[in-house]
Amino acid sequence: MAGRASTAPVELEEPDIDQVTETDVPWIVLVWNDPINLMSYVTFVFQKLFGYSREKATALMLDVHHKGRAVVASGAREKCELDVFRLHEHGLWATMQHDV
Amino acid sequence: MPSGRRVRRTRDGVFQVRLPPEERELLVTLVGALRAALDGDDPQAEPALRRLFPPAYAHPADEEAEAEYQALVHDDLLASRRAALDVLEATASRDRLEEAELLSWMTALNQLRLVLGTRLDVSEDDEPGPDPEDRAAPLHDIYHYLGVLLEAVIDALER
Repeated sequence: MAGRASTAPVELEEPDIDQVTETDVPWIVLVWNDPINLMSYVTFVFQKLFGYSREKATALMLDVHHKGRAVVASGAREKCELDVFRLHEHGLWATMQHDV
Repeated sequence: MPSGRRVRRTRDGVFQVRLPPEERELLVTLVGALRAALDGDDPQAEPALRRLFPPAYAHPADEEAEAEYQALVHDDLLASRRAALDVLEATASRDRLEEAELLSWMTALNQLRLVLGTRLDVSEDDEPGPDPEDRAAPLHDIYHYLGVLLEAVIDALER
């Protein structure tokens, strides 16, 4: 779907398959629809925080608006926590979870 | 209303803000009220203020991670919110703003909308109608005004 984020790859250590634990599963950052944030504002914030093009930011915003949520970023836990924090700073309703 | 756009990017890269004094006073008043609420004993007690501090981990299985996250970042988020409100208050009377200042206006205006909109329990198509019987009508007008101003700020930043 259009919400799939194409962020720069994080450092990938090749994990021994036996050592793969729950924490190795990548995380995704979701933004949820809310009745207050303006569509133009959400689009602007996606561009500002993630460097997305206006087209991509608009597509993500419309996903949020019509489908109720969109995946706006993904990666390691720490990176996703920072993304969530910056989205919260801007008043967006963002959460993170394992990409399962 | 002054003619033309409320907020406009000028050739030298700064932004010109054209607002009547009463609108600037309103912004200062709203900022003062929100800051007082944030500085209260338990800002999380009010649902409208909780909207400013959402959970990061929504899944019940991540309850522990959520507690750690909140312990780690809550104060930073609060400081960031206060900082944006401070800039809006300190520059509310100015006709010219740097881009960084206007970005603070943007996040501060959005905070004010979030809290007011949550208190008013607005829906997505909230169009404040002229209903003099509605005691919340003045607040709806303010909510609507903040949206118009925020749109003007975003429009100027994007040009």
